[in-house]
Amino acid sequence: MPPGGKYDIPIHHALWAPVAKMSDHFDLTKLIFGRLTWEAIPYHEPILVATFIAVALGGIALLGALTYFRVWGYLWKEWFTSIDHKKIGVMYMVLGIVMLLRGFSDAIMMRIQQAIAFGDNAGYLPPHHYDQIFTAHGVIMIFFVAMPFVVGLMNFVVPLQIGARDVAFPFLNNFSYWMTVAGAVLTMISLFVGEFAKTGWLAYPPLSGIMQSPDVGVDYYIWALQIAGVGTLLSGVNFTVTIIKMRAPGMSLMKMPVFTWTALCTNILIVAAFPILTAVLAMLTLDRYLGTHFFTNDLGGNAMMYINLIWIWGHPEVYILILPLFGVFSEIVATYSGKRLFGYTSMVYATVVITVLSYLVWLHHFFTMGSGASVNSFFGITTMIISIPTGAKIFNWLFTMYRGRIKFEVPMLWTVGFMITFVIGGMTGVLLAVPPADFVLHNSLFLIAHFHNVIIGGVVFGVFAAITYWYPKVFGYKLDPFWGKCSFWFWCIGFYFAFMPLYVLGLMGVTRRINHFDDPSLQIWFIVAAFGAFLIALGIASFLIQLVVSYRKRDQNRDLTGDPWGNGRTLEWSTSSPPPQYNYAFTPRIHDTDSWWQMKQEGFKRPESGFVAIHMPKNTMAGMLLAGLCTAFGFAMIWHMWLIAGVSFATMLISAIVHTFNYDRDYYIPAEEVERVESERTRVLANNV
Amino acid sequence: MSDHHDDHHNEEFPHSSFRGYMIGFVLSVILTVIPFWLVMANVISSSAATAVVILGFAVVQIVVHMVYFLHMNFQSQGGWNMLSLIFTSILVLITIFGSLWVMYHMNVNMMPSMMGDMQG
Repeated sequence: MPPGGKYDIPIHHALWAPVAKMSDHFDLTKLIFGRLTWEAIPYHEPILVATFIAVALGGIALLGALTYFRVWGYLWKEWFTSIDHKKIGVMYMVLGIVMLLRGFSDAIMMRIQQAIAFGDNAGYLPPHHYDQIFTAHGVIMIFFVAMPFVVGLMNFVVPLQIGARDVAFPFLNNFSYWMTVAGAVLTMISLFVGEFAKTGWLAYPPLSGIMQSPDVGVDYYIWALQIAGVGTLLSGVNFTVTIIKMRAPGMSLMKMPVFTWTALCTNILIVAAFPILTAVLAMLTLDRYLGTHFFTNDLGGNAMMYINLIWIWGHPEVYILILPLFGVFSEIVATYSGKRLFGYTSMVYATVVITVLSYLVWLHHFFTMGSGASVNSFFGITTMIISIPTGAKIFNWLFTMYRGRIKFEVPMLWTVGFMITFVIGGMTGVLLAVPPADFVLHNSLFLIAHFHNVIIGGVVFGVFAAITYWYPKVFGYKLDPFWGKCSFWFWCIGFYFAFMPLYVLGLMGVTRRINHFDDPSLQIWFIVAAFGAFLIALGIASFLIQLVVSYRKRDQNRDLTGDPWGNGRTLEWSTSSPPPQYNYAFTPRIHDTDSWWQMKQEGFKRPESGFVAIHMPKNTMAGMLLAGLCTAFGFAMIWHMWLIAGVSFATMLISAIVHTFNYDRDYYIPAEEVERVESERTRVLANNV
Repeated sequence: MSDHHDDHHNEEFPHSSFRGYMIGFVLSVILTVIPFWLVMANVISSSAATAVVILGFAVVQIVVHMVYFLHMNFQSQGGWNMLSLIFTSILVLITIFGSLWVMYHMNVNMMPSMMGDMQG
């Protein structure tokens, strides 16, 4: 799309354009299609056309297969409309995996471009395409990979760990999921209809303002994040309430499993931080759509305020992502060391301290903007302080392993890989926290290497550890360890090959977001980094193969006990794998932090009679419907299709109100059904233990 | 869903009476009309002073909403409401005063002309 081409109408007044048009002649096309024309389809970009053909063929094949095997009804009834927290958790993970593939293809395209685009070779990605790719990579990896993974894990694990039967607001949970999907869908549509933002993942103005970015890219960015943000905020509310109000009797706050603690802190951070993102994006929207001047260069606007505000959200967001994975590592270290977690209390306090401190460090993202020495020193010091509770956690994990009977199963490999990698990333982080050093390293590849070091080393490794750890609980069979180990080693070695060269390049002064270099002496480092990305690709492939292989070998790897690692400590291992719909026939009473471990020590006997009917929430399609309308609304707003925007928004409001009058939301699982499920489990346990 | 935390159910749920809502509504209207009048009738000559007064009314309005519409007090929900209010207040204060501090220094250092405008 030529910049400043067809969109170059005075968009300040674009809002009134249809009105003005109507006054001279009624332009129906404009009213319905806004600024969407055939030119928005990028058929002149061979890469996108090829991608589109591949996606279309793949999509048709998938839809065909689903129809051929007649699974539509099953998917609809058992998954899409389900409000079972376990199924929603799995759907979040599937979304994360699908979007990981998209985000990773962006990554590998950038690595190839930077490895070849030296001197006379311009590479294969023109700047306006390259700029969209790095923006999409950042947005997708944070909002549609890391966030769904984190929320998905919490969805599956938290209610089981606290002995609840579902979350506090089951319908809201389904709705949150589909809103996240809606955001992801809008981002994906931008690939083939129009274009995505070319601004970098946080869309700083004035570049993201209407004068510099008059096309639809930033609007895709805004509406995708706003819609997904609603979903995230609602699930934050949902889990905060769930953890505070629905713990099993006896589980006081200081008896909660560490994962639940970190989930609580993360959700509090979500509730506190995401409204800031919503507000700042809303102001950018007003600047772009109605000609206000919050962040413009003229008429009293201040672009620096956007950067200030978005980082007040952005820094807590970093901890929103990593805290639950700290919880995951805590569970895994204790389980595979066969020991109680070292320093449970200090772990909880460290988590809470990080939660609060994460609000006091945001300026370290823009030391160079010129707040001066006193402000920079304050935020430099708070940033260094936050490494103390994090360091305490590392020592807690090490001391848990010390003299433990460590089993190096796949989740433990990821954990050890995390501890080494994350410490390196943490140290470069403290280095960047020194303002004078940051003036040299700001926006260099050193920074890129640093945050990939902590996000891949922390969040991604943690997610794979968690998937391997809880997979048998979700599906009832273990993942194949051979392909898991392949995945781990490819990821781990690939990470070091891909990002250590970036530290070197950053120290040499190479800045981020560059799509062509003149100095040929830099090329070898980029080639090494591209090789690393290739190894990571093998890691992702191994993971996908692992899923298939494990499914085919599921009968050999069945978990019939519910406690597949033999050393389970928390409550989720006390129920069957996969858990029954109602999780627990009777709500357990909790006496210890490691409640299941304590129950095993004291010879806990499963209740085998006296079952009662269980009150459960009913499936509903309302979440999907509302999120679908929201997608239509977002798309219409992006393309200035005011008629469709109005209609979809009104329909959405009406549907939401109508849904509140749906009183038919719950049902009882009859006692006989509970009895049948439980006696089946008694039979399986008797045969296998 | 909630049958296993019955021990929490005995907590008094806050009274949401017609009277309470009416008091809240009338107070909100008064607290909205006064700032509106201050601006429209140009009562205070300095616009900076007007802004400060309006912000003061806004804070009182927030408290009215919390007490009469959100039924918050020191005991509700076993103290959780109060705890989250304190936490929220701390974060809001950090956000507001942190931003003011940061932006003030940025303006002084990077946009001296703009500071001139503000003083002039």
